[in-house]
Amino acid sequence: MSEEFAIELKHLTKRFGAITANDDVSLGLRRGEILALLGENGSGKTTLMNMLAGIYQPDGGEIYADGHPISIRSPRDAYAHKIGMIHQHYKLVNVFSAAENIVLGLSDEKKLDLKQTNARVAEICARYGFDVDPKKKVYDMSVSEKQTLEIVKILYRGADILILDEPTAVLTPQETTKLFAILRNMRRDNKAIVIITHKLNEVMEISDKVAVLRKGKYIGTVNTAETDAQKLTDMMVGHSVTLNIDRPIFDAPVDRLRVKGLTCYDAEHVKKLDRVTFTARGGEILGIAGIAGSGQKELLECVAGLCPVAEGSIEYDPPEGGSVELVGLTPMQIRRHGVALAFVPEDRLGMGLVGSMGMTGNMMLRSWKRGKNPFVNRRQPKALAEKVLTDLEVVTPGIDFPVRRLSGGNVQKVLVGREIASSPNVLMSAYAVRGLDINTSYTIYNLMTEQKMKGCAVVFVGEDLDVLLELCDRILVLCGGRVSGVVDARTATKEEIGLMMTSHGEEAEAHGA
Amino acid sequence: MEHKVKTPLFHLAKRTGIAPSWAWLIRLSSILVALVIGSLAIAITGNQPIPAYRTLLEGALGNEAFRRQTVKMAVPLLGCALAIAPCFKMRFWNIGAEGQITAGALAATLMVRLFAAKLSALPLLLLMAIAAILGGGLWGLIPGFFKAKWNTNETLFTLMMNYIIIGVVAWLQAGPWEARQGRMAQFPANACLPKVLGVHCGWIIVLVLAVLIHVYMKYTKHGYEISVIGDSMRTAQYAGMNVGRIMMRTMFLSGAISGLVGFIVASGANNTLAKDIAGGVGFTSITVAWLSQLNAFAMILISLMLAILTKGASTLQTQMGVPAAISDIITGLLLFCMLGCEFFINFRIVFRGSRPEKGGKQG
Repeated sequence: MSEEFAIELKHLTKRFGAITANDDVSLGLRRGEILALLGENGSGKTTLMNMLAGIYQPDGGEIYADGHPISIRSPRDAYAHKIGMIHQHYKLVNVFSAAENIVLGLSDEKKLDLKQTNARVAEICARYGFDVDPKKKVYDMSVSEKQTLEIVKILYRGADILILDEPTAVLTPQETTKLFAILRNMRRDNKAIVIITHKLNEVMEISDKVAVLRKGKYIGTVNTAETDAQKLTDMMVGHSVTLNIDRPIFDAPVDRLRVKGLTCYDAEHVKKLDRVTFTARGGEILGIAGIAGSGQKELLECVAGLCPVAEGSIEYDPPEGGSVELVGLTPMQIRRHGVALAFVPEDRLGMGLVGSMGMTGNMMLRSWKRGKNPFVNRRQPKALAEKVLTDLEVVTPGIDFPVRRLSGGNVQKVLVGREIASSPNVLMSAYAVRGLDINTSYTIYNLMTEQKMKGCAVVFVGEDLDVLLELCDRILVLCGGRVSGVVDARTATKEEIGLMMTSHGEEAEAHGA
Repeated sequence: MEHKVKTPLFHLAKRTGIAPSWAWLIRLSSILVALVIGSLAIAITGNQPIPAYRTLLEGALGNEAFRRQTVKMAVPLLGCALAIAPCFKMRFWNIGAEGQITAGALAATLMVRLFAAKLSALPLLLLMAIAAILGGGLWGLIPGFFKAKWNTNETLFTLMMNYIIIGVVAWLQAGPWEARQGRMAQFPANACLPKVLGVHCGWIIVLVLAVLIHVYMKYTKHGYEISVIGDSMRTAQYAGMNVGRIMMRTMFLSGAISGLVGFIVASGANNTLAKDIAGGVGFTSITVAWLSQLNAFAMILISLMLAILTKGASTLQTQMGVPAAISDIITGLLLFCMLGCEFFINFRIVFRGSRPEKGGKQG
């Protein structure tokens, strides 16, 4: 039986301290088959595959290759067994060319022969439909080109068991389609392929079999043809969940935040935002879509007073009437002007929270300055921490337990809980559900909608287009720091937005991009 | 068989949650390990380790006079460790305490030269203390200002500031302020700190400081700001803190306390100013602050421990002919073992074939 598996894992266990990342997982990969490894964040998918790639050592269990027990102690060992992994964060040297990256670390060649390398690279590309320029430097490549390069690198090293960790997370819908075509070519070529993912529609589209992990435990493997998204979710979560996001309509949206011609540069004087103009309305969720690094972060930070604005204006219209110009104000001045602005930044622990402090200390981040007393007031923050703890069901050993050591979902609950508690008129969030499990994600969506229905203007920077289309009222699409358009989320399609993510309105037609 | 199965001899596993008693046992045993390795060094010099350690202890605490000297050594160490604690908490690597002590002592001495003839003891001492606070504070503020404005490297900057002020004092000592044979004059009696229980009253000042710093770091808005900046500068900005101003303020405070220590040493212990007035205290206190994990009360114990080692070692040298440098070796070993043991508190070594620890409660 085990002979037909290219790789078989038996009873693998891996622990990190008291946390068991993988608990007695058994799994088999076959050649000519695409296996989707499905599970929520933190269910141990990446850990499990890292043991195959030689990054981690299992604490228990065995790995078999074609029926023989093997031990993989380093990525080099993994290559010896023809296992290659494409990590979520690419392992490329920026200043090297594609060809140099491909041969990097290979010791079997007697001398570096780039010409021969190029020929082999060209051969691999032709075979599977890749498009790689061997001379191109990595720093000149787009995210999708880098990913292609990683795949070619691994094929060059002779891998016929490929593991891809969340390969579509950074791709546009069009790029994803291209990647899937390549994966199908490789399947035809009798490779064994694993893709780690938590996106159900992709699982349904590309895989032959689905293996589900939940909290480190192996739940089961099913044939993709015999299952559906709802069944898989239930396996992933362990109980039934509804996958619909409620989108009520607020009666009378009013303009709350008017951004005009906003331009800003980063520390290296690279233009990050280029004449961005939009309006966020109270009672509406404005989604912001775009490839990672298209200016989403800078946009929110400009509004929050954390990023210097070169040109343009940001006007805030409070419900009481009047208008406040936010450009040029520091975060403290913005607060002093009575601007009820809440901000859930992308970097939760590095910007939104103090990792070494407990919930109380983190609630204080908003209130610490109040009053003339030189001593900090802990009573109110503590009461607030207790309220957030019960309202959002934060799981923590104690109110003063360092938030850095909480799980990702609980960290986000602390942050969102604090920001919402300030009863904001504008709520900005960046990648608010990144790394969260399904239940927490839906909690966050509901909180956003709740704020919207209170008349708050919600700005929601997201990466999952399906979610943006379901949650938001309008979606603003950014491309290279420019607004390529604002669409109605109720009528727009994923393809339409995907196209806007890679090209600015008029330019798209001119260049035919 | 084609593939041979080999598992590594051991690997590391992170532990979460270790019983506090177990953690303290590891810490205590690290001191023991340091002393055992230190005994090797003593043995190499041809002495019996155990009698040597006994002599060392007796040399530091054996009689009234020894105890006084030990306390006298601990006072500036503690004061200075308290001074740098806020900076280190902020992850601002101020290694310029040495210079800030010297600057404070210099400012105090200037007051002695200007006003000793006109003022009685109390106003003069107060004036000296204030001058020392301002002098040391200024010497700390300069690198703080440059860091806040232009993000200069504070480690190099504070280090260089040490050499400047020590150079200034060396020039004064051998030049304009020279009394005889390259030394400055002793302070008059009204410029010397009074003694309490046989030791100059600086020990009371630093103990009070320990309490104040503890309260400052733990309960004030300033302390909160410092902790937030130390954790993440971006978070501090997000929370609306003026990071540059807080940095300058904290550096002034740190320099001011170091300056006060300079005054205590000049007025209480040495009764004069010399270019080596700081005598490495500014650097040793980094060890003290680090070993006590920036806890003000732990600093009292650690500074006493280092003072005992240093004082005891000098007795060891006179009585048994063991080089006094042995105390530096033991201090180094202590630092190494005590900091190194934190590794074993955080990680567990799992040997091949040993039974894995049960998962316990899942996090």
